[in-house]
Parts: sequence; C-alpha cells; structure tokens
Amino acid sequence: MSVSEAAIELRDVTVRLGGRTILENLDLSIPAGKVTAVMGPSGAGKTTVLRLVTGQIRPDSGEVRVGDTRVDKLDGKALNRFRREIGVLLQNGALFTDLTCFDNVALPLREHTGLPETLIRRLVLLKLQMVGLRGAAELYPSELSGGMNRRVATARAMALDPSIMLFDEPFAGLDPISLGVSLRLIRDINHALGITSIVITHDVDEVSDLADQCAIIAERRVMASGTPSQLADSDNPLVRQFMQGLPDGPVPFHYPAADLADDLLATEKHR
Amino acid sequence: MTPDTPGNRLFDRPLRELGRALLFLFTAISRMRFSRLQLTETLRQIYFAGVRSLVIIVTCGFFVGLVLTLQTYDTLTRFGAGDAVSTVLALSLFRELGPVLTALLFAGRAGTSITAEIGLMRATEQLDALDLMAIDPMERIVQPRLIAGLIALPALVLIFNVTAIVGGVFFAVFLMGNDPVTFWSNMQASVELGRDFFGGMIKAVAFGFVAAWLAVWFGWSARPTSEGVALATTQTVIATAITVLILDFILSAFML
Repeated sequence: MSVSEAAIELRDVTVRLGGRTILENLDLSIPAGKVTAVMGPSGAGKTTVLRLVTGQIRPDSGEVRVGDTRVDKLDGKALNRFRREIGVLLQNGALFTDLTCFDNVALPLREHTGLPETLIRRLVLLKLQMVGLRGAAELYPSELSGGMNRRVATARAMALDPSIMLFDEPFAGLDPISLGVSLRLIRDINHALGITSIVITHDVDEVSDLADQCAIIAERRVMASGTPSQLADSDNPLVRQFMQGLPDGPVPFHYPAADLADDLLATEKHR
Repeated sequence: MTPDTPGNRLFDRPLRELGRALLFLFTAISRMRFSRLQLTETLRQIYFAGVRSLVIIVTCGFFVGLVLTLQTYDTLTRFGAGDAVSTVLALSLFRELGPVLTALLFAGRAGTSITAEIGLMRATEQLDALDLMAIDPMERIVQPRLIAGLIALPALVLIFNVTAIVGGVFFAVFLMGNDPVTFWSNMQASVELGRDFFGGMIKAVAFGFVAAWLAVWFGWSARPTSEGVALATTQTVIATAITVLILDFILSAFML
C-alpha cells in the first residue's frame, strides 16, 4: 500500500516503557476508509499502538503519521486540535458517572463548538438515535448495561464527527446480543460515514465478520497482515496458533519457569 | 552526587513526592481558565464539598461548643471567673479551634471523597477520556475542586463557629443559668475583629486551599487499583491533618 492510501502510518516505531521494550521497529499502515483490526495476544502492545496514534505516548524512535500530521511531534494546543479529529472508544466506555447519557454526549460539543443549546440538543439526540439509545438520554451510566454504556461512549466519541475512530477492545465481556449490536454499529458507522476505523481486539471470530484488513502484533512487531481470510490460511505457526486459538505453540502455555522435576525435588528438600 | 545514607533514603521519597505535588499545583494554577462551564462545575463542587459537609460541621460544632464551655466553666468557676467563659470560648474558637477542627473534618468528609472520586476516574479511564476529547482534565477536574475548597472551607468555619457558640450559650446560659447580657458583652469586648476574627478566616482560606490541593493530588496520583485508591484516601487524611497543624503553628506565630 502506498503512503497516500494510508490514513495512519507507523514507521520503524520503537517504544520502551518501564525499562521493557513493548514495540521494536514496528511498521504498520492503516488504509483510509476501511475497518482495520489490530490483533495479538494479551500484552503484545495493541493498546500501545492506539496510544501512539492518539498521541498519549511518544515513540522512542520512529514516526507516527495520521494523514499529513506527525502525531509524535505534536504537543499542547496542536495535539488538542488533532484530537478533535479523532474519536476513541476506550475499553470500558469511560463515561462520566455523574453525568446523564445526554450530558456525556453533549460534553465535547459544549466544550469545543460554542453551538447554542437547542442545536446541541438536536445533535446529541441524533447521535444517541444512531446507537439506538435516544430513549436512555436522561439515564445515568450506572442504570445501563455494559454494552449500552459502550454504545453511549461510541455516540460521545462520534459527537464531533471524527474522520478516524479507534475502538479499544470493543467486544470484551459482552453478551452475544450486545456483541452483535456492537459489530453492526462499528460496520454501519464505517460504511455510512466513510471514516477510517481501527479496532483493537483479540476476538478472532468477530474480526472475520467486521474487518477489511487485519494486522497481528506479536514479539514487538507486526507478525502478519492481510485480509481476515488471508490470515486464516497463513502458514506462520504464530498466526495459526492465534487464529485457531491453540493453547500451546510459539506463545507458550506455561510461564517461563525452572524444570518441574527440579522444583518438586526442591520442595522435598525443604521438608 | 548525594551519598546513599539511611537519612537520605528517609527524606528522599517524601521530598520527591512534595516536589511532584508542588509541580502539579503549579500546573493547575498556570492553566487556570474561566468559562461558563468552569463556573458551573465549580458551583457543583462547592455544593459537594461545602453543602454536603453541613451536617457533620453543624453537629460537631454544637458539641465542641458544649464541651468546651463545660470544661472551661468548671475550671473558671473555681477561681471565681465563671463570667469569662464566653471570652475563652470565642477566642479559642475564632483563633484556633474553628479553622483547625473544621479543616480536619473537611479532610475526613470532603477530602476523602474528592480523592476517591479522582482516583476512580483514573482507574476507569475517565481522565484519559477527557484528554482524548481534547478537554484538559486540570481545567475540568482539578481547578473547580481547588476553588471549591478555597471557598467552602471558610464558609464552613463560619458555620462551625456560630454553632459552637450556640452550644456554649446553651450550656452557660440555659443550663448553668448565667446572665446572657454578661455572656454576650464579655464576648463582644474580648474579640478583636481584625486579629481574632479575620486572623481565623485567613487560616481558614489557607487550610481550605491546602486540604483541597492534597485531596486532589492524592486522587490524581493514586495507583489505578482498588488498593491504590484506598491508600490514597488514607494519605489524604493523614497528610492534611499534619499539614494543617504545622501550618496553624506557623500562621499563629506570625499573627501574634
């Protein structure tokens, strides 16, 4: 894929946090107007990719580009201006529990637009209608289920009509109905508005229904990328282990430890 | 390079923590912005920190006034100076007990609630969500609570003093049968508006600021776990109590 086709581009990115290398010389291109799933085992650095794209962390080396913007060079007001162009759905929705659903969605509009309250009301109701929760506008997040909370949070993330949406683990812990609703919502938003979506997830089954493109992150880099069917047919042992959900393989079942026999004999000696 | 002695290790961590807390305060003040949304949020915080502390302040104020009058009246009557009870009551309340006790109660009621709220906001990614919506958490979360502490605590000190005096009047005049005219005139004659009343209010403003700052800081820096939030609320109470008592001594020394 050429750079011009890519909405988001991570080039030769290395991130070290707390003395640990999370990503090393990672290259990743996210095509414009498509749904791209960033997958990988837990702790592989998927959320770090999201935090790089939103400018929450900076790489130790490499470039993070969103369109023509070098996100890793932004700070202060420029970073805030950039963040108004993107919408982020965090893992548990992160709604403000002291505000109603209506006020949660209205918050970015009130902070950034200066629109009159009557217009804000219309926009908020339309956003809530989009996620099917207009009727819950006056409820507090604590009165809604986890899935509904995430839908309200999606409406809030969409409030300023972003051109890029990032979803961090949008399916984690959802019941089958909520999961189906979330899948349809992400797909519909993407197709209706033509925005670029990144879905950080490890739900392989859902990804095959949803994503146009996938990238698997493991061992601090992009291990494989392609369409969901290409990845499903991959010969790479790690990709196969991940896509088929095998308990053992390149990602070991056991946490690194001394030999079992040595440990057991040591226990005998302690007696 | 500083030698790694036990003494250095003992002071190293608290000093680092103090430095970070001061830097945090400086950042919060330097990014101060006034808007309609900010005003609404500040009023809401004054309600939570101030109005919701009224029950504990009024109850404690009344009983502090009652017991203070009881103890001093008992001692003063032995020396035939029972009439001076209102003087002792008013001076000790306005100068010391009012601001100090209210600040300690404020730390226990409003301070812990501010710390827990911000700590949980950190744990549930609400602070990250603000950041990602290009809304400055300092502006939206920290500043309204700092201003609320600054306004709510002096108001609570006034209410504490009034209810404590009501408690004193109840004991000295209604239960002990002292002359109300003597009680009030002695109080009026002994309390100086500038040194006693406004001196106490200066302390109240300082304590309010410190209590709100520490409550917000410990919430902000809390580890995003249930244990981290629990630890942070405890730290708020301990740090506020110690700081208020030290600050009280310093301010009293300057005011006398």
